[in-house]
Amino acid sequence: MNIVKQKLAAFSFATIEEKGKTITVTVPKENLYETAKMLRDMEGTPFDFLIDIIGMDYGDEGLGVIYNLCCTHFPAYLIALKTSTPDRENPMLYSVHDLWRSAGLYEREVHDFFGIKFINNPDMRRLFLRSDWKGYPLRKDYDADPAINPVPLENELIENMETVPSITLKMGQPVESTRKLFGEEEYIVNFGPQHPAMHGVLHLRASLDGEIVKKIDPNFGYIHRGIEKMSEAYTYPQILHLADRLDYLSGTINRHAICLCCEKALELEVPMRAHYIRTIFDELTRIASHLLGWGCTAMDMGSITAFVYGMRDREKIMDIFEETAGGRLMVNYNVIGGVAQDIHPNFQNRVKEFIKYMRKMLKEHHILFTGNPIMRDRMDGVGYLSKEAAISVGATGPSGRASGWSCDARKIEPYAAYRQVEFKEMLRQDGLTFDRYVIRLDEIEESLKIIEQLIDNIPDGPYAAKTKAIIRLPEGEFFQRVENARGEFDVYINSKGDKSPYRIKFRSPCMTLVNALQETAIESKVADLIMIGASLDYVIPCIDR
Amino acid sequence: MKYEDFKENEYLEEYVDELRRNGVNIFVGKLDDLINWGRSNSVWPLTFATSCCGIEFMCLGAARYDFARFGWEVTRNSPRQADVVFVCGTIVHKMAPVLKRLYDQMAEPKYVMAFGSCAISGGPFKSSYHTVMGVDQVIPVDVYIPGCPPRPDAMIYGMMQLARKIKVQEFFKLPKQPLVVRHCEECNDEANQSGLLHSVHNDGTEKGGKQ
Repeated sequence: MNIVKQKLAAFSFATIEEKGKTITVTVPKENLYETAKMLRDMEGTPFDFLIDIIGMDYGDEGLGVIYNLCCTHFPAYLIALKTSTPDRENPMLYSVHDLWRSAGLYEREVHDFFGIKFINNPDMRRLFLRSDWKGYPLRKDYDADPAINPVPLENELIENMETVPSITLKMGQPVESTRKLFGEEEYIVNFGPQHPAMHGVLHLRASLDGEIVKKIDPNFGYIHRGIEKMSEAYTYPQILHLADRLDYLSGTINRHAICLCCEKALELEVPMRAHYIRTIFDELTRIASHLLGWGCTAMDMGSITAFVYGMRDREKIMDIFEETAGGRLMVNYNVIGGVAQDIHPNFQNRVKEFIKYMRKMLKEHHILFTGNPIMRDRMDGVGYLSKEAAISVGATGPSGRASGWSCDARKIEPYAAYRQVEFKEMLRQDGLTFDRYVIRLDEIEESLKIIEQLIDNIPDGPYAAKTKAIIRLPEGEFFQRVENARGEFDVYINSKGDKSPYRIKFRSPCMTLVNALQETAIESKVADLIMIGASLDYVIPCIDR
Repeated sequence: MKYEDFKENEYLEEYVDELRRNGVNIFVGKLDDLINWGRSNSVWPLTFATSCCGIEFMCLGAARYDFARFGWEVTRNSPRQADVVFVCGTIVHKMAPVLKRLYDQMAEPKYVMAFGSCAISGGPFKSSYHTVMGVDQVIPVDVYIPGCPPRPDAMIYGMMQLARKIKVQEFFKLPKQPLVVRHCEECNDEANQSGLLHSVHNDGTEKGGKQ
């Protein structure tokens, strides 16, 4: 990291701060692209993984953007590249979409929420909200009066969806221009928003040449609930409940992330017992999620049997959750400082029974489905995602690991009880649909091993640390990375010392998976598009937030 | 489930009483009973899920809760073939016209179940700028099932309530064509071509006649 600091020191305009493993670099907006390019191409330590782009409203100081960068060789170290513009009327920044392919969607998101326009980004449509939406909701001066934006009565016009505005520089002056996304002669097929194989309300528009997919245009926002804006008015314990509903299949893990972030900020020591229980719950959630993913992959191919088997095994986990926490899908178990209540006396026995049962069933699942010739025909040799592409689009989690990218946040920065356990990070090299499918079953096995190591050794003691009745986070910025069932889920909290955050941002692992879909599905058959989507296993409410 | 356990729906009883008072032709009445018995035991739901409640809906379809026991298992992917739409999950501004269109595409007689607190009233996203505060602002709802998300058991209860509602309908008087309302039904505003109820009418009264 010293080399990085030396290189940055050569830039006289940059202010550098170091805190722990994070280096914060603040640059003027004119030098943003230059600095980003330097970091991206740095010899030895290229910062090739753009974790997230966070839009900020600094009030009177204008609007800003934070780029969180990570080097895949030293993934524990982060660079937060910051820039801001005082212009609130017509804010413009330079785009970095040609350095990281994931930046395109992130910049559209910032544009949608804050109204910042990115020069040179070829696609400056709104991402979540309709094109006729008035105002930029995450700005502090946004007027949320429902009379300004009433419930629309008609569908969004296709022309509005297809007209793509962009801004380029000509003779040093920004020029706005629009273009059509699809040509007159192109044959467009709509998938969704209500489509049984879309795993939610994603709207894909695919341009086809015969059976071959030529272009994909994803449309988000059909389940955008504005969780980030709502959180700015909620207290921290209230926000926890919204986190469950982001990616509901790994709700417990998302909630864990916010708890960890708040505990880090409060410098609160969480009892070891709570850490162990949380880790077991996280891994059970991961198994439940992968089982559902497995079943749905099978169902997308027409195999209802596998779906029923997957759901049957998942119900065992739901029973364990229900006995201890009281909830099935929304467990609502983690709280800031520990867990909500102690485990049920039956908990350990039932989990041990489940491990035995699951091992037996996993073998059966492999026999039933992994070796099935029809299924192998659909998955083998389809949907190749290279490691470079996975890093560039930021496809973390099982999908990235199937391409050989070691990106497990549990290994990079062990949290909770992951330091105490031994487990392998599952890696495959081929990056095909089949690899993404089989790596999930392998991860179930690995999660069972983690639970097995923890379940008999849950230490005695309190299950939660004492917290104040009203939790106020100290002033500052806090960042926490965890591994949820679909990839790296990050929480960024900017606190001004109040009982609710000034800005909270969740990194959605699923949005980058849609990026990966765009990357892999081009030039494949339209029937394979469904299988590639199923193997990436995205959850749409996580994207839309 | 015992008949006495249904306590909340007195209005259905009143409806049956009224029918009995007015008298029903014995042939048509018996045929009605037979058809409705068949209809209420073979309701085909549309697979429509926007978020979390959809997972519980999947649990309901799987082996443990198994709504096939009640004849509801034929989930249809096309609204033209579906009888009931389960609105599983939050409906937001961008989704509202889509849901409306799906509902319009369904053939009569059709039913709607609002599943979970988001579909009932906006639920945990009540303070959001982009959430529709209850699906009944967009389409009429027959059964509300509270919970966040409701358990599959709760959903079975709600489905049985709907089955009960179907049983007391007069099949031969049901609208055969999709009912196209081209104006707000409450205030008869012809200028409003969407067919949706106004949340606030032009004369200042709120939906449902509240001032």
